[in-house]
Amino acid sequence: METTSEQKQLYNKQAQMNILAFWFLIGAEVVVFGCLFGIYLAVKTLTSDGPGPNELFKLNEIMLSTVILLTSSFTCALAIYFLNLSRKTWTLLFFLITIILGLAFVGLEIREFTLYVKEGATISTSAFLGAFYMLLGTHGFHVLLGVIWITLLLVQLSLRGINQEIAPKLFIASLYWHFIDVIWVMIFTVVYLIGKV
Amino acid sequence: MKALLNYFTSLPSDILLADLSFTILAITIAYLLTTHSKWNWLWSWITSTDHKKIGIMYLLVSFLFFIRAGMEALLIRMQLAFPNNDFWVFQGDRFNQLTSTHGTVMIFLVATPLLIGLMNVIVPLQIGSRDVAFPFMNSLSLWLFISGGILLNVSFVAGGSPNAGWTSYAPLALNDYTPGPGNNYYPIGLQVAGLGTIMGGINFIVTILKMRAPGMRFMRMPLSTWAMFITSILIVYAFSALAVALLLLTFERLFGTVILSGGEGNPIIWQHLFWIFGHPEVYIIALPAFGIFSDVISTFSKRKLFGYPSMVFAIILIGFLGFMVWVHHMFTVGLNTNINIFFALTTMLIAVPTGIKVFNWLFTMRGGRIRFDTPMLYALGFIFTFVIGGVTGVMLSTVPADYQYHDSYFVVAHLHYVIIGATIFGVFSGVYYWWPKMFGKFLNEKLGKWNFWTFGIGFHFTFFPMHIMGLMGMPRRVFTYPEDEGLGFLNFISTFGAFMMGAGILFFIINIYLTTRYSKKLMLNDPWYSRGRTLEWTIPSPPPAYNFARLPEVKSREPLWDAYEKGYKNIDFIGEYEDIHMPNSTSLPFFIGIGFLIASFGFVFEIWTVAMLGMAMVFLLLGIRSFQQNNGIHIPKKTVMAEDRRSEE
Repeated sequence: METTSEQKQLYNKQAQMNILAFWFLIGAEVVVFGCLFGIYLAVKTLTSDGPGPNELFKLNEIMLSTVILLTSSFTCALAIYFLNLSRKTWTLLFFLITIILGLAFVGLEIREFTLYVKEGATISTSAFLGAFYMLLGTHGFHVLLGVIWITLLLVQLSLRGINQEIAPKLFIASLYWHFIDVIWVMIFTVVYLIGKV
Repeated sequence: MKALLNYFTSLPSDILLADLSFTILAITIAYLLTTHSKWNWLWSWITSTDHKKIGIMYLLVSFLFFIRAGMEALLIRMQLAFPNNDFWVFQGDRFNQLTSTHGTVMIFLVATPLLIGLMNVIVPLQIGSRDVAFPFMNSLSLWLFISGGILLNVSFVAGGSPNAGWTSYAPLALNDYTPGPGNNYYPIGLQVAGLGTIMGGINFIVTILKMRAPGMRFMRMPLSTWAMFITSILIVYAFSALAVALLLLTFERLFGTVILSGGEGNPIIWQHLFWIFGHPEVYIIALPAFGIFSDVISTFSKRKLFGYPSMVFAIILIGFLGFMVWVHHMFTVGLNTNINIFFALTTMLIAVPTGIKVFNWLFTMRGGRIRFDTPMLYALGFIFTFVIGGVTGVMLSTVPADYQYHDSYFVVAHLHYVIIGATIFGVFSGVYYWWPKMFGKFLNEKLGKWNFWTFGIGFHFTFFPMHIMGLMGMPRRVFTYPEDEGLGFLNFISTFGAFMMGAGILFFIINIYLTTRYSKKLMLNDPWYSRGRTLEWTIPSPPPAYNFARLPEVKSREPLWDAYEKGYKNIDFIGEYEDIHMPNSTSLPFFIGIGFLIASFGFVFEIWTVAMLGMAMVFLLLGIRSFQQNNGIHIPKKTVMAEDRRSEE
C-alpha cells in the first residue's frame, strides 16, 4: 500500500514507534500461543476418564464461529481502509460490525464451554481438557479484550473525530484483531480439524 | 484486641522480628519524610517519567531486595556452618523457604532489574536521545516490578513463602505437596513483575532502533547499548514463555487443572517451559554486564576496544545460542541420548563466542595505560571469576559427568560464579563507573577498594569450597549434614566467606552515605580523568532532564575520544537550540501497580472479590490512560540555552 501525504500526517514518528513496538508485542504473543499449542499437543492423548477430542467437538458450530471471526477480520480491514481515507462514519460503522461479530464469537464460545461442562468435561477432568480450556480460554480472553479496547477507541473516535491521536491507535487495534484471527485459524486446524481426524 | 495479642505471641520469633523491624523502618521513614517535608519530593519521583530517575529507582529498589536476599543467604550459611546444626528456626520447611526465596528474589528481583535500572539510565545517554521511546510504559514497568517484588517479599510474613525451590518444579509445587498460599506467591508475583519486564524489553528495543542520534549507526553503538539491545530481544521472547509457565502453575494451584500433575498430566512440561525461559535469562543478566565491562575496560585502559565487530557478533551469537541450550538443565530427566547430545554440543558452542569476548577484553588492556579504579577492579575480578565459572560450565555440559554433578553443591558453586561473577560484579563496576554521571559526585575510591577486595575475596571463600563439597557428594537444598562426612570444615569456610561478602556490601552502603552527605559536586562532563569515549560523557553530570541541549552528530564509534585526539574539549553538537518536548509526569503507573498488588493478594489467598476489585482498578486506569491525550510539556528554548551555557562554564 502506498502511503499518501495525508496518511503520513496521520502516522507521525511517535505513531510509527508505537506500531513497531506493537509488532514486538505480537512477537511475544506468538511465543505465548506457541507454548500453549505445545502444551496442548503434548497432553492431547492424556484424556484420563474424560472424553477425547473426537467425542467432544461438534464441527458445525465451530464452523459458524470461524466464519464469524473471519468476517470480523474483513470488516476490520475495511474500517482501516476508510480510516486512511479519513471517513469517520464508515470507519465507525465497520469497527462496530467488527466488535459485534467479536462479541458473537465470544458468546458462542461461552455456550460451547458450558455445554461441555454439562457433559462432565470440566477443566480438571483431564490434562487434555485443561490444556484445551487454557488455549481456547486465552484466545477467547484476547478477543474479549480486543472488543473492550476497540469500544474505548470508538468512543474517542466519535467524540474527537479522526486525528493523529486516534488513527494509530485504531491501526494498532486492527493489527491485534488480525493477529487473534490468525491464532483462531491455527486453533481451528490444530485443535478441531486434527482432533476430529 | 486480645485475639490480636494472642496472634502476635503465637508467631515464630523470626517473623515477629521481621514484622517489628519493618514497622520501625516504615515509621522512621515516614517520620523523616515529614520532618524534612520531603513528601512532595517523593511524589515527584514516584510520578516521574524521566528515564534517569526511573533507572535510579530501579537500582534502589532492587538493591533493597539484594540486601534482603543477601541476609537470607547469611541465614542459610549460618544453618550450614556446622554439621548437625540447629540455627534459630531455619530447619526443614523454613530452610526450604529460605533457599527458595533467596534464589527467586536474587534472579528475578535483583539481577534482572539492577541491570535494567542501570541500562535505563545509560542507554538513552549513549545513543544521544532525550528519552526512551515510551516514558509512560517505562514508569509502568517499574511499578509492576515493584508490585511483584513486594508480593514475593511480604510472602513470609503473610501466609508463608514459596518453598519449592526457585525453579518451583511440578509436581512438588502443586497443591498435593505444598498446599497453602505460600507457593501461590511464586507464579502470581513473578507474573506481575514479568509483565513489567516484557514491557521494558519492548521499550528498549524500540528506543534503540528508532531514537538514535543522527549518524549513530548500528556499528557505532557503544557495547553497553548493543548488549542491552540483544538482551531486550531475549527478554521479550523468553519472559513470554515464562508467562505461560506461570499461568499454567497458577491454573494448577487455583483452578484445578491437572496438566502438570504426576498422575494424569506431564510434569516435564513445567521443566521445559521454565528452562526455555530460564536459560535465556542467564544471558539476559550476563550480556548487559558484558557490555558494561567492555565500556569500562576500554575507558580505564585508555584504549579502543579490541575487535569491536567480533564483540558485537559474539553478543548476537550468545543471544541466539542461548535459546537452544535449555535441556542442559534437564540432562538427568531421561530424555533420549540424541537430545542430550544435541544440547550438550550447543552448550559447549557458547564457550566459543564467550571466549572471543574474554580474549578481546585482554587484548584491549594490552599496551594500554591502565588505571586501577574500582570499576576497573571489578572488571578484572570479573574476568578471573567468570573464567572459572565458564570452565565449570563446560564441565557441566558433558552429559555423563553431569549425572554426577547434578543437584550437588558443584552446581551451586557454578551458578554463583557465573551470576555473581558477571552480573553483580558488572553492576558494581557500572554503578561505580556511572555514579558521577548519575549524581555528579564520585564514590570514594578508598572505600570502593575496601568494598571490592572484601566482597571479591569473600566471594571466593564462599563459593570455591562448594565445588569440592559438590564433588564430595553434598546435595543442594539440604539443611544439614552428618558429622563424619568431612564437610564441616569446608562449610565453615564458606560461611566465613559469606560474612566477608556482607562486610563488602556494608562498605558500599557506607560509601554511598558518606559521599552523598559530604563530597562536593564535580561539575565535570567527563570526570574520569578525561578518558570518556562515548556520548554520555559529553553532557553535564548529572544531565538535565532533556539530556542533550542540542543533538549530537555521531561520526565515529568513539565520538568524544576522537574529539579529544583532535584537541577539542568536547564534540560538536550540530542541532539547533529548540523548544524541547518532554512527557508529563504521571501517577497512573503507580496506581496500576497498586491495582495489580491488590488483585494479586486476592488471587494468592483465593478471595475472588478482592482479586476482581484489583483487576477492575487496573482496567479502569488503563481506560483512563486510553482517553488521555499526550500533551507533554515544552521546555522553552531560552531555558535550555541558559542552562547549557552555565554548564559549559
